[in-house]
Amino acid sequence: MNLYQRRIWSNRIGIGLSMLAMTFGLLALLWILWTLFSKGFSALSWEFFTQDTPAPGSEGGGLRNAIVGSGLILLFTTLVSTPVGILAGIYLAEFGRVSRFAATTRFVTDIMLSAPSIVIGLFVYALVVETLGGFSGWAGSLALALIAIPVVVRTTENMLRLVPTSLREAAFAVGAPHWQVSLKVTLRAVKAGVVTGVLLAIARVTGETAPLLFTALNNQFFSTDMSQPMGNLPVVIFQFAMSPYDNWINLAWGGALLIALLVLGINIGTRILFRTKGQR
Amino acid sequence: MSTEIDLHAAQVSKFRAQDKAFHYITLLFAFLVLAALVGILISLSIEAMPTLKEFGPSFLWSTVWSVPDERFGAMIAIYGTLATSIIALLIAVPVSFGIALFLTETCPVVLRRPLGTAIELLAGVPSIIYGIWGLFIFAPLFAKYVQPPLQSWFGDLPMIGSLFSGPPIGIGILTAGIVLALMVIPFIASVMRDVFETVPPILKESAYGVGCTTWEVVRRIVLPYTRVGVIGGIMLGLGRALGETMAVTFVIGNANRIGASLFSPGNSIASTLANEFGEAEPGLHISSLFALGLVLFVITFIVLAISRWLIRRGMGSEGL
Repeated sequence: MNLYQRRIWSNRIGIGLSMLAMTFGLLALLWILWTLFSKGFSALSWEFFTQDTPAPGSEGGGLRNAIVGSGLILLFTTLVSTPVGILAGIYLAEFGRVSRFAATTRFVTDIMLSAPSIVIGLFVYALVVETLGGFSGWAGSLALALIAIPVVVRTTENMLRLVPTSLREAAFAVGAPHWQVSLKVTLRAVKAGVVTGVLLAIARVTGETAPLLFTALNNQFFSTDMSQPMGNLPVVIFQFAMSPYDNWINLAWGGALLIALLVLGINIGTRILFRTKGQR
Repeated sequence: MSTEIDLHAAQVSKFRAQDKAFHYITLLFAFLVLAALVGILISLSIEAMPTLKEFGPSFLWSTVWSVPDERFGAMIAIYGTLATSIIALLIAVPVSFGIALFLTETCPVVLRRPLGTAIELLAGVPSIIYGIWGLFIFAPLFAKYVQPPLQSWFGDLPMIGSLFSGPPIGIGILTAGIVLALMVIPFIASVMRDVFETVPPILKESAYGVGCTTWEVVRRIVLPYTRVGVIGGIMLGLGRALGETMAVTFVIGNANRIGASLFSPGNSIASTLANEFGEAEPGLHISSLFALGLVLFVITFIVLAISRWLIRRGMGSEGL
């Protein structure tokens, strides 16, 4: 085999392997989604949404308390993380372009984006659960908010940086104070991007299980009292999947499908929203 | 006339005061992010103090984890964390490289966007779904079709053989590593794709112009040019793998021992926390779990910090 043929063959092998890797990645995605749909759909029923989680050994049951609990926890997570994240993002983009404090904050935010979520759970346990003397939905919301905030901060900052300087200058030139320029001109210009950031943050925390284990804990019964332990989908899935009861495992698949649909829905939805707005 | 000027001056100073207030309010919220990090370090250290006082630095390398005897050491969990993460990277790095190469060099342009999106969607799938899939679908198949052949091929070899010894039960360190690999592939592949795209087209075109094959362009032009960013992407994947809880807890087997075999069940730091924290008694046990959390946080912090620094360098001044 001469040099030319060797080069051709090493090229073919290299490219072939990379295609194999791509196929492997896609097959993994399809395999996981396919199992999720085939196992999850059979669990979805009227009872799934209207009954509470069953006691050990009893038949039937649904996930009503967990769905409502997750919804409440996520609602308060969003209410907290959205303003905090947006204001911190505004600081980084408008006031902190060159300061060392802003550079540090940016760096820490990037790290918090990938920090182990279970450690966040430990932190909130030490901060809230121990001092207030009990697990609660509030603690769960706080833990998730700590994970969601960095996502909102980074997208808000990145979006605001895309705003052309001339737009800011035009606003300043007609005499608007800086806070009005930030809130009423630049932030409004990137509204779609910021909404996307908030949605992605929700998608990010929807399936988070680890930080809820020691904060919201779980609750077998229907409850809307955020100061008490609260049932939530991820923890119920974790407990039920590890259990020996068939109907529990079945419910766990249904819950997993529900979470996956929500997360994938948000991810795909934001992409469509983005493309029609023509940003980026 | 002068009253008008006064009115203007009043308006300007009012705006100035409002701006100052706005500046400090946003500063306060930015500060909250920093405070959270410092708060995590401080609160974990305080809670871990009893354990660190009792066992000293030997906590880090002690292999005893016994709740009844109140003896605790971190080595079992550290071993499980590192072993699963290393297995995950061994699988994920070549696959991610292949995916990134395909997406930037050989993929037809029409497919580039949908395929890239599919990989990014894989990154969005919550880890608990990987966990439940790993436990019910992957582990049984792995025990039936993959572990026995591995054993019969490598089982008799010296050294390597012991890695594949023991009953093929499906769950264990190796399975956890593989599920973890699936989880981190999208993260590493996206970063690699992004840094591959920073290579100036003129460099690649010159190489193609003198007759290089695609593979040679990737090996000799793209990889050397993007080395820093690629390593950053790998470190990002490592940081994710080290701290991952649910994907690992489902399939690692949750046994507090270090087995020579990769088939044997073990425990990672995150899975130990997920399993034991809820039922831990106040005192040394809970304090030791906090100490484990502190170890995990410090390790991942360092890995992620290096990764950010490298990626930022690899992408130019813009960052991600």
